Amino acid sequence: MTLGQQILQQLINGISLGSVYALIALGYTMVYGIIRLINFAHGEVFMIGAFVGYFIITLFKLPFILALIFAMIFCALLGIFMERLAYKPLRDAPRIAALMTAVGLSIFFQNLMVYLKWIGASPKAFPRVIEITRFEVIENVYLTSDKILTLGVALVLMLALQYVVHKTKMGKAMRAVSQDKDAAQLMGINVDSTISFTFALGSALAAAGGILYAVSYGKIIYNMGTMPGLKAFVSAVLGGIGSIPGAVAGGMLLGITENAVSAAGMSMLRDAVAFAILILILLIKPTGIFGKNTREKV
Amino acid sequence: MKKKLSVLLIAVLAFSLTLAGCGGGGGGSQEDENVIKIGAVMPTTGAVATFGQSSLDAVKLAFDQINEAGGVLGGKKLEVINEDNQSKGEETGAAFRKLIEQEKVVAILGSTTSGDSLIGAPIAQEAKIPMLTPTSTAPAVTEFGDYVFRACFLDNYQAEAMAIFAIEELGAKTAAVIVQSDNDYSVGLGKFFVAKFKELGGQIVAEEGYLQEEIDYSAILTNVKSANPDVVYLPSYYDTVGPLLRQAKDAGLDATFLGCDGWDSSEFFSLAQGAEEGGYFSNHYSPAADSELVQNFLSAYESRYGKTPDALAALSYDAAYIMAQAIDEAGSTDPAAIRDALANIEFTGVSGTITFDENRNPIKPIWVNMVKDGKYEVAKIIEP
Repeated sequence: MTLGQQILQQLINGISLGSVYALIALGYTMVYGIIRLINFAHGEVFMIGAFVGYFIITLFKLPFILALIFAMIFCALLGIFMERLAYKPLRDAPRIAALMTAVGLSIFFQNLMVYLKWIGASPKAFPRVIEITRFEVIENVYLTSDKILTLGVALVLMLALQYVVHKTKMGKAMRAVSQDKDAAQLMGINVDSTISFTFALGSALAAAGGILYAVSYGKIIYNMGTMPGLKAFVSAVLGGIGSIPGAVAGGMLLGITENAVSAAGMSMLRDAVAFAILILILLIKPTGIFGKNTREKV
Repeated sequence: MKKKLSVLLIAVLAFSLTLAGCGGGGGGSQEDENVIKIGAVMPTTGAVATFGQSSLDAVKLAFDQINEAGGVLGGKKLEVINEDNQSKGEETGAAFRKLIEQEKVVAILGSTTSGDSLIGAPIAQEAKIPMLTPTSTAPAVTEFGDYVFRACFLDNYQAEAMAIFAIEELGAKTAAVIVQSDNDYSVGLGKFFVAKFKELGGQIVAEEGYLQEEIDYSAILTNVKSANPDVVYLPSYYDTVGPLLRQAKDAGLDATFLGCDGWDSSEFFSLAQGAEEGGYFSNHYSPAADSELVQNFLSAYESRYGKTPDALAALSYDAAYIMAQAIDEAGSTDPAAIRDALANIEFTGVSGTITFDENRNPIKPIWVNMVKDGKYEVAKIIEP
């Protein structure tokens, strides 16, 4: 394997991981964009999505695509439920209260999974959903079928999101609410249902991310959402929180950076170096790559 | 509402006090000349509950077998009294003290994890009650004094055994090592393996690490693959090695995989999903061994508990028998006499023939298991 081949292979690895970060980051960024809340329970939605997919595939023996759709619907409903029950009553409370609620929800969901007898604290093997075949892109550089699946599904979902946000009435409402909630309400937009819809959309993407992650890496466990959730949050900030293309770019950048650090022989410092680079980028451009310079409204 | 709650709280407290009282009283009143009480400190609840449970199950099985066969010291019965320490430091200290001071046990089996044994060992040593831990591998455990023994080999032995096995049996010339960086056990094994492999003339072509919660191993596997090693040593627990093996096969890494006793779990096969085939790992015993002792243990354990015994069970089973033999050879239940008998014991059990060195660590064989057709096969027994 030459150096060039290695770099290309690591790039493929990085993009595959980055696409999952991007899917989770989209949920963070949309929710932040619309109600200025960092939904720290989002990583747990990702985890629950993977578990729902696992049970649909192993118990009901349904194919991958149905498992994906069901898990996305389940988590969309969970997202709405979470918003209505936990965040809506706090919408006018100080922001720190909602943030603490999010942290609390995150811990609650993790503990709930451990408490449930048929889930528990031990890891579970995610079943194979596609036969692993390796395609040689160029000499010595391979693309495996599970990576193609991950990238393909992620790409389709991102394009679908782009369509929903920019071409549908609901998308227009989302953008309006994120710009000015009160003005949007005066224009006859139902703010409550728009916010719920945003949570549903973000949660569905997280569920998809969870399943793709499990398909690629083969293991699910109750705390699997913590690190990817944190990294997706960083991706969202890196891309400019509130910006949808920013979340995708941030996720990809983080995935590739992490792999580059490991590739350079610093696998034991992978997270440390990756995060250090991110801090550097944010020092140079505090609003993130796609972030707008917004003045604080008085 | 608040009032109700506090009433409830008082009720719960009162109830638990009664229970605690019962436990203490019950233990003290049952003085029977013909029963020898052996303490155990094994966590049957808490984070490592499965470890403690399979250890305790094995001890109970061993004692029942010994009692059925006539007991020790000419007809006396062995009884195990387990104090569940939940693998928590503060509980462990209390458990050891309770066994020694209230239950007046003559010896203690346990604790299970190294962390817990490190807390219990000085207490047993001070009280001069012989302690035999079946499964704690940390070197410091037996350094507390002459009353502390262990039934399992130390980590450096199994890592070095795999290095010898790789070079002598597999003819390996190059090796890669992937450790779990946030786990002392894994890092330690990796170091010992690297040192021995180099000493024997082998070449380490890649050293990589990952963290417990990490699950994307593609980057480190690409590095290892480009280094093209003959063998890859993966010294960690099944929960990370399983997915790691699966991803290694997916990435097309064609090397022989070597591992340690952390691989030994029924969950391992489902996590690795076939990628474990052809791998070798060092262990304390092998269910595939054709010795009569091992097969009798297997069938007895399986018929009683409905599962295959893991290495913890095998070691605890041996530890229970070692203790029984020591009591017999001591000719009394005097703790000092039992200690002396332990120090000079020669015992043959399911994990092989065991004697203790001057540091009360066992001199015993290491079993190299091979995974074949979803089962274990004995690839090699490395004698000390």
